[in-house]
Amino acid sequence: MNAHPAQAQRPGRPSAERRASAPRLTAGWQATGRAAVLREHVDRYGPLPRRGAGGRGRGGLTEAVFKAGLTGRGGAGFPTGTKMRAVTSRRGPAVVVANGVESEPASEKDQALLSRAPHLVLDGAVLAAEAVRADVVHLCLPRASGWLTELMLGAVEERRQAQLDSVPIHVHGLPRHYVSSEETSLVRWLNGGEAKPVATPPRPSERGVGKRPTLVDNVETLAHVALIARYGPAWFRRAGLPEAPGTMLITVSGAVEGPGVYEVDLGTLIGDALIMSGISGQASSVLIGGYFGTWHDLRAVAGLPLTAAGLLHVGASPGAGVLFALPPGACGLAETARVLAYLADEGAGQCGPCAFGLPAIADDFAQLAAGRPQGPVLGRLERRFGTVAGRGACRHPDGAIRMAASALAAFAADVHAHVSHRPCVSTRRGHPPPAVLPIPRPWSEGEWY
Amino acid sequence: MVLTVSLSVDPTACTGHGLCADLLPELVELDEWGYPIVLSPDVPPELAAHARRAVRLCPTLALRLRSISGSAAARHRWA
Repeated sequence: MNAHPAQAQRPGRPSAERRASAPRLTAGWQATGRAAVLREHVDRYGPLPRRGAGGRGRGGLTEAVFKAGLTGRGGAGFPTGTKMRAVTSRRGPAVVVANGVESEPASEKDQALLSRAPHLVLDGAVLAAEAVRADVVHLCLPRASGWLTELMLGAVEERRQAQLDSVPIHVHGLPRHYVSSEETSLVRWLNGGEAKPVATPPRPSERGVGKRPTLVDNVETLAHVALIARYGPAWFRRAGLPEAPGTMLITVSGAVEGPGVYEVDLGTLIGDALIMSGISGQASSVLIGGYFGTWHDLRAVAGLPLTAAGLLHVGASPGAGVLFALPPGACGLAETARVLAYLADEGAGQCGPCAFGLPAIADDFAQLAAGRPQGPVLGRLERRFGTVAGRGACRHPDGAIRMAASALAAFAADVHAHVSHRPCVSTRRGHPPPAVLPIPRPWSEGEWY
Repeated sequence: MVLTVSLSVDPTACTGHGLCADLLPELVELDEWGYPIVLSPDVPPELAAHARRAVRLCPTLALRLRSISGSAAARHRWA
């Protein structure tokens, strides 16, 4: 996967821009397939609201975002207005951090948004900064994507020349580890430390960058903030469900004809999102939410809406909007084993239960996937799930265990065969099934600064 | 007023010495890699002195006691 902007224009590749209803964030992507320059951006969305107007400045925007019911689009789904209020309630100047690190390998929506609508994200970051009385914006990007950093530096320079913003915007490239996009990791890195999670409390909203109250929001969340500032909360609520308003970007991949990033209303049914992407009729399982997500039988979830509340009873959550349809012929247990090995490697190594527990769980799963279980592997896995979950400073072990446990349930028939020393084999006799989920190459071992 | 205190481990500070499980086996056991699992965060009054001792002797200061109410005065009294 890992779309480069050039790929969007490559003939024959399915368009990366689709939608289920009126486009918001993605309006205009199809027209150009490249980053909107400032003039195009203002032509499309209109200028920033006047300072002091309802949608701008102290108090006004925070309350508008609260009324809009916007929730974070980075994965946790926390109400953005509540977060802004928490930062505003603290004393002293605040800091805004725009999180575009997107370390989730199966997601490319933040990169797609930044590379097509950079000014929408920057508008949102600057407006949020004014609302929470911040005097600086830090935009955090994956260091591995140098082209994205260049593109965003260009957009920031355009705004500087137009004297558009009341606060400076600093662009940073962070190491690409799975745990480095966690909000406490960003704060720690911006404070000169390693891009590793820190135990909370205090939350960044209480004590973040430079010990100041810090608003950390995903870049897509900030793009929605920019639109709420312009058009208001009532407009925002015209898309999505009353209890889950707005649109969201999703990344669909796997056994689909049109893999890529789509903008859909919250509440879009999982089946509809997959059909829109051209899912293969033979796919029978889907991964929802990314590598901290959960595997499901497609028939059990196709009719469920892609919202936190709608997926709660099947133990799933939309995460950062990742849907992966397992191709027929691939083995869900082998895929899970690959992801667990990756997540075990990607831990920060700060907490014993995670540093020792995840490699042990990944090894158990590798035995299971290969059909070579040593001893009672299922009992051992269940016990290790129970003892490791909830004992890290961050959600890394919990997320990995959640995925592992969901695989045992969703692929129960395969589990039975694998523990009986009958692993999946592809149609070409004796060959292991194809590896399909993207696993990034290890990011320079040990580099956390 | 009965003060309720809560026992916890800072997982980033803990390096698995295991002293806490020796000093406070009623509330702490070790996992298969030697890291403490707090069986119950609530410390009954009869174990309060043992808990305070375990907190004081933790080589990495990873074992913590804090009052549920979280007031600084209560923390000082207990830890």
